[in-house]
Amino acid sequence: MEDIKMGVFICHCGTNIGGFLDVPSLVEYAKTLPNVTFATDNLYSCSEVGLSLIKEKIEEHDLNRVIVASCTPRTHEPLFRSICQEAGLNPYLFEMVNIRDQCSWVHMKETEAATEKAKILIEMGVAKALLLQPLEKFQIDINPTALIIGGGIAGMTAALNLANQEFKVILIEKEPELGGLLRYLYKLYPTHDDASKVLEVRNLVENHQKIKVITSTEPVKIEGFIGNYKVSVKRRDGIYDIDTGIIIVATGAQVLKPEGLFGYNGSTIITQLELEQLLKENKINVKNIVMIQCVGARNEERRYCSNICCMTALKNAMLIKELKPDANISIIFRDIQTQGTTYEEYYRKAREKGITFIRYIPEKVPIVKESNIEVYNDYLNQDISIPYDMIVLSTPLIANPDSEDLAKMLKVPLEENHFFLEAHVKLRPVDFATDGIYVCGSAHWPADIPEAISQAYAAASRASTIISKDVLEVEGAIAEVDEDLCVGCGICIKICPYNAISMDDNGIAHVTEASCKGCGLCGATCPEKAITNHHFTTKQILAQILASGGK
Amino acid sequence: MGENSNSVLVIGGGIAGIQASLDLAERGIKVELVEKKPCIGGRMAQLDKTFPTNDCSICILAPKLAECYRHPNITLHTLAEVKEITGKAGNFKAKLLQHARYIKAEECINCGICIEKCPMRVDDEFDVFLRKRRAIYIYFLQGVPSIMAIDPEKCLYLTKDACRICEKVCEREAIDFEQKDSEVNLNVKSIIVATGYEPFDPSPLVNLGYKHLPNVVTGLEFERMICASGPLKGHLIRSSDRKEPKKLAFINCVGSRDMKYNPYCSSVCCMYTTKEAMIAYEHDNSIQSFIFYIDLRAGGKGFREYIERGQKEYGIKYIKGKVAKIIEDDDKNPIIIYEDMNTSKMKKFPVDLVILATSMIPNKDTPELANILGIDLDKNNFFLSNAYLPLDSSKKGIYICGCCRGPMDIPNSVIDASGAAAKAAENAIREG
Repeated sequence: MEDIKMGVFICHCGTNIGGFLDVPSLVEYAKTLPNVTFATDNLYSCSEVGLSLIKEKIEEHDLNRVIVASCTPRTHEPLFRSICQEAGLNPYLFEMVNIRDQCSWVHMKETEAATEKAKILIEMGVAKALLLQPLEKFQIDINPTALIIGGGIAGMTAALNLANQEFKVILIEKEPELGGLLRYLYKLYPTHDDASKVLEVRNLVENHQKIKVITSTEPVKIEGFIGNYKVSVKRRDGIYDIDTGIIIVATGAQVLKPEGLFGYNGSTIITQLELEQLLKENKINVKNIVMIQCVGARNEERRYCSNICCMTALKNAMLIKELKPDANISIIFRDIQTQGTTYEEYYRKAREKGITFIRYIPEKVPIVKESNIEVYNDYLNQDISIPYDMIVLSTPLIANPDSEDLAKMLKVPLEENHFFLEAHVKLRPVDFATDGIYVCGSAHWPADIPEAISQAYAAASRASTIISKDVLEVEGAIAEVDEDLCVGCGICIKICPYNAISMDDNGIAHVTEASCKGCGLCGATCPEKAITNHHFTTKQILAQILASGGK
Repeated sequence: MGENSNSVLVIGGGIAGIQASLDLAERGIKVELVEKKPCIGGRMAQLDKTFPTNDCSICILAPKLAECYRHPNITLHTLAEVKEITGKAGNFKAKLLQHARYIKAEECINCGICIEKCPMRVDDEFDVFLRKRRAIYIYFLQGVPSIMAIDPEKCLYLTKDACRICEKVCEREAIDFEQKDSEVNLNVKSIIVATGYEPFDPSPLVNLGYKHLPNVVTGLEFERMICASGPLKGHLIRSSDRKEPKKLAFINCVGSRDMKYNPYCSSVCCMYTTKEAMIAYEHDNSIQSFIFYIDLRAGGKGFREYIERGQKEYGIKYIKGKVAKIIEDDDKNPIIIYEDMNTSKMKKFPVDLVILATSMIPNKDTPELANILGIDLDKNNFFLSNAYLPLDSSKKGIYICGCCRGPMDIPNSVIDASGAAAKAAENAIREG
């Protein structure tokens, strides 16, 4: 048996831990645990000085197990592992103990009891660390191709950028032509450029040597893993396979049709999208126009604000004013969403042009009568009546109905409104938790053209960090099937959320290393105990339970 | 470093500059990251938590700081400024002014003994002047690089030829007063500008009493006040009597949507005042918060739901009203005088502490940098961007991202930054 020398580093996390737990006593306690050669505290273990200290002590004391008791492995384990690796230690000989999220934060007012709990948590970490085994990461080849699903402005922008970076790009679109919702718009805010002018990017995409555009095509099956996806697509004449390294989801959203709301009839009471068409055809021949905001949004059924409808209404109101200066236009709104520099200025201009703004409250929604709208004016504190010839309803962008199928194929989550859910709201806004898949534009959340373009470039950038590499290292702490014990029941295949297990020709389950995230579901489910989840073996977990005082 | 086959200059080491650098570095492109402060981290490092997830800001940022520092493709230039840019897309020449740190970087281990002994107490910029630091200091606790810097304008030796105590106490002999400002010359193919913003100083709005009334603070000051690693160690008390405030008022649009100061909307204040009210409540469940607003702008993903949660679970009250004036009573309790938009009547509203949600404004050296880079500003002095090429500056090969092109939140800054990295990579390859 090897001679185990363990180092324990206990983090104050500023005052996040140190302010609530007695850290020095934890250090003293750690020193009494089996095989602990060295223990100390750190103000911030993740700071450069904290990391250097860990590295220095590994070398100085010849440590072969390292424990950091601090925050959560979710954010910090990769960092500490890489430090161990730099010091020449196998990164899987590192164990992290969470004494912040699961201890100091939840027991802020009980220093003594919380400190005792932290001692037990550290003891459990030590018990596991004694049984840790070195593991090796896997190397996988990367196919330097990008597949983009959706040929609207977001998909086209991402395609063009990646192609200009000399990657091979395949752009698939379910419609017969590229362009997405942009095709139906008249002019764009805030510049009043023709939508058709921005749509000219279509020619660049279609004529780019590095881009293959395939229209009238939808994905039906997606297999594989980062660097090596295989996407089956359906075309008119059959099913084809596409091999790609990464996938960008740019499938957009659609405009809610307000059936049954505010007398919507498609002729005198229409949506903003239908108004765009009338503007295109120069068919506005009415004088009194009323726009109602948040139709089908910010209500019980759809709680969210759709982000782009206020600016759309302002723009269309301004355009009508340009065409017909004598038109009376009122916008009945809840909160005007004109964030930032240019949009707020645009709002001011709209008021200067004589567009009337009337705020309504959700308790008293406007009532559409035959030739007038009755609305409670929040400022005047009274009901007012506005005559109309045409009502334009601002309806939200809603998730595409086929998002659900696509999400299932990709094995990525949707949020409650069925938009795609990114890996981390703040810091990974265009990544999915599944490696090698990205999202941009209104598939992610209602986005206007400038936002969709920025996001498309962002998704292209994230994708390029993968397909610029020849090989990629992937996780070593994964599941392994003991072929002698496996009876081929297939339960693990069904339960695996990453599609990482398949049945081989001999009826034995097989794990695809590159897809496995080491989540442990298969190991916990296997009735024959044929699956070992490395780094979380039954032995290791039992040792932790015993150390916790469990019997 | 005359020859550089394929590199990009990133100006500004906040979250945008960091994300752009990391993407490029992972893409296999060399990055020269320039930050004028002693450490990277930017404004995000000053925030306590972030909406709409209430993630601890420094906790999610710190791993990125360390990654940036350790990435083999990234060279950090802290305490450095861009002084001259010549050439064109594909072949820019950059001249940096590298300020002396007066510290041997490879020797300093951030032990802090020098700080203890330094006799000079100086207002701490990172903690928005709510506490003092010393003339030798680390910019913030988790700062990267994690080494000291000496403030040449405050150091007794550098200003008055006295002291040198730090030199005597440093066991590693890391103090080096011989260091001089120097020049660094770089060749790069593309440039990304990510210089961020600064908060508007609300002192000119005398009616709001900032700096005259002790219990009127700014949003950024409040972030530091409630932050566990801030000057109050997260124990929220007010400066006039060190009592715990129980009734808080947040005033949105201070200096924003105001033709006299900043005509634009600062984009993030509706959300961050909600967040600050939530965190205050988490610190002390007897705290009640009131947010005065004009329009409640919450168009981002999960934002509307966040505000609803604030109302339902944290008891936050939103008052649509324009604040005319803040006065105080004999106990220094602020009294808000505002026009109730529902009744058009003036009302008085006494509270314990007022937080002003001040505008994001361009950094004061933005015009100078625009001049050096030869790129245009918009009428608000942010870098000018184009609606349909939002990350392009007015000059080819130079890209702008994050709050230096207009107020935005962290996710949008990160999106911008990755996007600018894609543009810079495209330019580096096509102009290569």
